[in-house]
Amino acid sequence: MRSFTYERASSPAEAAAAAMRTEGARFIAGGTNLLDLMKLEIETPTHLIDVNGLALDKIETTTEGGLRIGALVRNTDLAADERVRRDYGLLSRALLAGASGQLRNKATTAGNLLQRTRCPYFYDTNQPCNKRQPGSGCAAIGGFTRPLAVIGTSDACIATHPSDMAVAMRALDATVETVRSDGTVRGIPIAEFHRLPGDTPHIETTLVPGELITAVTLPKPVGGKHIYRKVRDRASYAFALVSVGAIVQRDGTGRVALGGVAHRPWRVEAADAEMPRGAKAVAERLLAGARPTDENAFKLPLVERTLGAVLAEAKG
Amino acid sequence: MRFDTPATTNPIDQLKIVGKPVDRIDGPLKTTGTAPYAYERHDVVPNQAYGYVVGSAIAKGRIASIDLSTAQRAPGFLAIVTADNAGRLGRGRFNTARLLGGPDIEHYHQAIALVVAETFEQARAAAQLVRVDYVRTDGMFDLAAAKDSWTPAAGLGAPADPGVGDFAGAFPTAPIQLDAAYTTPDHSHAMMEPHASIAAWEGDSLTVWTSNQMINWTVGDLAQTLGIAREKVRLISPFIGGGFGGKLFLRADALLAALGARAARRPVKVALPRPLMANNTTHRPATIQRIRIGATRDGKITAIGHESWSGDLPGGGPENAVQQTRLLYAGANRMTATRLAILDLPEGNAMRAPGEAPGLMALEIAMDEMAEKLGLDPIEFRVRNDTQVDPENPGRPFSQRQLIECLRTGAERFGWNKRNAQPGRLRDGRWLTGMGVAAGLRNNLLTTSAARVRLDHRGVVTVETDMTDIGTGSYTIIAQTAAEMMGVPLDKVVVRLGDSSFPVSAGSGGQWGANNSTAGVYAACVKLREAVAQKLGFNSADAVFGDGQVRSGNRTVSLAEAAGESGLVAEDAIEYGDLGKQYQQSTFVAHFVEVGVDVATGETHIRRMLAVCAAGRILNPKSARSQVIGAMTMGVGAALMEQLAVDKRRGFFVNHDLAGYEVPVHADIPHQEVIFLDETDPISSPMKAKGVGELGLCGVGAAVANAIYNATGIRVRDYPITLDKLLAGLPEA
Ligand SMILES: Cc1cc2nc3c(=O)[nH]c(=O)nc-3n(C[C@H](O)[C@H](O)[C@H](O)COP(=O)(O)OP(=O)(O)OC[C@H]3O[C@@H](n4cnc5c(N)ncnc54)[C@H](O)[C@@H]3O)c2cc1C
Ligand code: SF4
Repeated sequence: MRSFTYERASSPAEAAAAAMRTEGARFIAGGTNLLDLMKLEIETPTHLIDVNGLALDKIETTTEGGLRIGALVRNTDLAADERVRRDYGLLSRALLAGASGQLRNKATTAGNLLQRTRCPYFYDTNQPCNKRQPGSGCAAIGGFTRPLAVIGTSDACIATHPSDMAVAMRALDATVETVRSDGTVRGIPIAEFHRLPGDTPHIETTLVPGELITAVTLPKPVGGKHIYRKVRDRASYAFALVSVGAIVQRDGTGRVALGGVAHRPWRVEAADAEMPRGAKAVAERLLAGARPTDENAFKLPLVERTLGAVLAEAKG
Repeated sequence: MRFDTPATTNPIDQLKIVGKPVDRIDGPLKTTGTAPYAYERHDVVPNQAYGYVVGSAIAKGRIASIDLSTAQRAPGFLAIVTADNAGRLGRGRFNTARLLGGPDIEHYHQAIALVVAETFEQARAAAQLVRVDYVRTDGMFDLAAAKDSWTPAAGLGAPADPGVGDFAGAFPTAPIQLDAAYTTPDHSHAMMEPHASIAAWEGDSLTVWTSNQMINWTVGDLAQTLGIAREKVRLISPFIGGGFGGKLFLRADALLAALGARAARRPVKVALPRPLMANNTTHRPATIQRIRIGATRDGKITAIGHESWSGDLPGGGPENAVQQTRLLYAGANRMTATRLAILDLPEGNAMRAPGEAPGLMALEIAMDEMAEKLGLDPIEFRVRNDTQVDPENPGRPFSQRQLIECLRTGAERFGWNKRNAQPGRLRDGRWLTGMGVAAGLRNNLLTTSAARVRLDHRGVVTVETDMTDIGTGSYTIIAQTAAEMMGVPLDKVVVRLGDSSFPVSAGSGGQWGANNSTAGVYAACVKLREAVAQKLGFNSADAVFGDGQVRSGNRTVSLAEAAGESGLVAEDAIEYGDLGKQYQQSTFVAHFVEVGVDVATGETHIRRMLAVCAAGRILNPKSARSQVIGAMTMGVGAALMEQLAVDKRRGFFVNHDLAGYEVPVHADIPHQEVIFLDETDPISSPMKAKGVGELGLCGVGAAVANAIYNATGIRVRDYPITLDKLLAGLPEA
């Protein structure tokens, strides 16, 4: 870990401004991802801006009948919130499928959205990695790729976004609220928030430098059955091989998003329209153009089969 | 004490304390966080500095240049050790690769430098400033590709190609035949406590507080590597947070702490960071195995052949995966072969049940497959091929062999008769369910083990031996042994372990620790009893020790009084004669597993597990059970998820942390049951005990694999059985 300076921000706008003032500054929330990466010198911020004291830890009902989740709400609290459990069960279930109790106590809503990939080569600073060190190459391609992405990949990077929560947020059509360093605020639809790797896998979101997440809002509840199914190599405390987040209405319509397959939570609105026709039709649309490796090609049938089980569960 | 005739009745047979499910005496220290582990021994020597290991960034090649200048200017920097300035280093008897590499690099994450600084964070930061230029050379990292360039290799003490009869003639003519290939991947010990040491020099004498299973081996190898006399080295390792064979040997932490302390002229502590452990230390090598079994139509094995290929660095050894095939089943024509290829991956070496674990993972699937071909129940097939003698040497009986009883008892307890012999037929909601069985065998190894016993004026018995407790319960069973022998309650016994200034024990490995180390304590206690009797003028043959007293005729004297102010001390070792040659001494297990396989996703959940063990006298059923359930858990890991992923281009294990190298969590493990058959083995030692720590792992993986087959009808011969290997064969959900 490199040495760094540290400050506590006094307001969201001030935090965003401070982030622009100091080069190499980063926000720190729960620290469960950033600190690990700093110890390994995968991230080397020179200045940390602690946003924990910014009172962004409330969950409020919006005037549109939705929910506004503060950026600093802990994953544990969010999963346990009565309104979330009642109206956005998918979110609660996705959160509880992630990490461990201790980690969820620290992990925040914004930090979870911004957690970085679990590609093992990204974690080993001896290996070339375009995401860690732009232009150095990608050690994963042609190597151990079993956990990596099958769709939306590029020749520069085939990593996945590891978050469970983000999959639910994507299916729920969340909006990420931010404040920029000039004090202006905006709402970024979750569909536009995470980027595909392209030639710049190190740029993972559409946030601009210094931009601080203040909240994530959810539109008013859409009803239906909320199912989150995470498939993995062990029963708990493992990242998804694939995950399926679905909201299924009585008439069989609904929406679905995937985790573990792409550089961002994966949703194709056109695939939602296929839901009444069953898993095969949905999976075909969702995964059209997939470019798996030999080691992770199993994720394609796995998605279809898991989706089938989810749709059957929704009916049952 | 020489042990060369079978044990007769002795004080252990009273079983007042031995054989009872006594709580671990070190338990409260562990649960309160007060057991002093090596890295936390801040109090043992002042002024400790921190060392941080730099691992090689390439798998094979050489260091062209190394630039230390930035690191040397880093805050808190004290010293740096590299091959350039470490002086001439030897290599330990048990090491294949050098523990400090450079300029030549033998494997990925081979240590090439130790940076010493005032604080841990400073050492880590400075270590990250060491700049190294490498010249890579090509290496061989793919076992399947290297397989054809093998050489015959002998496992520990075994010939390379043992066999009897005419396998080549008998197999092709057998009415029923199986010829199948199996693979097991590289495994990491992944113990909780990383390798860690604190080293301090006083003049030319070195003390190392460390975490090590085999004190005596490691003293020798540390002295040899440093080129100093072994008398100058003291090792202290009272608590060990798991080893599984990964701490049998001198490793980089201890050597580099010693070199760092010499360079910094201060005590230095070094722990291996988790991401370094998989590639810097040893691992269980992957295997490719071929098994051929021929049998008559009524299920008698006529030919059995088992070949195993594994790889290691030049000068290394093979994974001896065929050794149990030499002993487990009858059959007149036998062939086993161990093949070793050169691989430039990190050093392969022993991991819990070395050889047996991967070997039985293959052999016991093969037995299941063969039973099916024969239309026989897999238990019945095993029973028909039981042997009470060493099949290669029928003049050599097993000292005890209750494998059939293990299988039958387990079948009864587990409800084996509810298993559907037709695979893929039972369903419980989303789960396809099935049961599997496998047998296991682990040999009982006999090695000299010594102890010193003191009796003081308070009647307290103190045992000292360099035996280690790697979480197994050594403290407790040794205390039980001494208490039984001296006729005192457990709270009058103090056990001190893991110090090279104590008499040399068997150490912890190969499940030999329990039987040998307690037998050594037994021997020392026999001597102490004689000393007590002699001092009191008793005839030692009729002196009775009990209730803290010694009685002879109508005279009773308390042990405290007998010891007197000066106390009494005795030291002895157990030394074995030829019983190990005359008899085949082994332990046996039958594992039963029920699984559910998710019909949609192929995820396997273990539903129930049972192990029935026949392993001589069980010294403490509670700690023995803990050993077996821990081993069963490890077996589930090997069956379902554990695999070091090899990057065959870059030559290293990629998933080198506990996020990538998955071991089972609580949610993976169901209720586990363990039954120990009532058994004593007077051939093994005066304790009549053997061991269970590795036995518990023998066959578990295959029992899981067989249960998955029974549930799904899909036969997977390549471990781990992850869901991707099942998907194509599962029915439409
Ligand atoms: C062992 C382990 C297992 C895990 N398993 C899972 C799992 O199964 N599923 C899963 O989904 N996750 C898993 N996680 C990841 C975990 O969910 C994330 O580490 C956590 O959500 C990150 O939140 P944090 O608040 O700690 O973020 P931090 O580490 O504090 O920050 C993460 C990033 O977000 C930025 N950031 C934080 N707050 C803001 C803000 N308000 N505005 C702008 N930028 C901000 C930081 O600068 C940093 O770049 C696991 C983590 C660990 C360590
Ligand atoms: S897949 Fe992406 S994260 Fe992984 S090594 Fe390649 S560039 Fe880096």
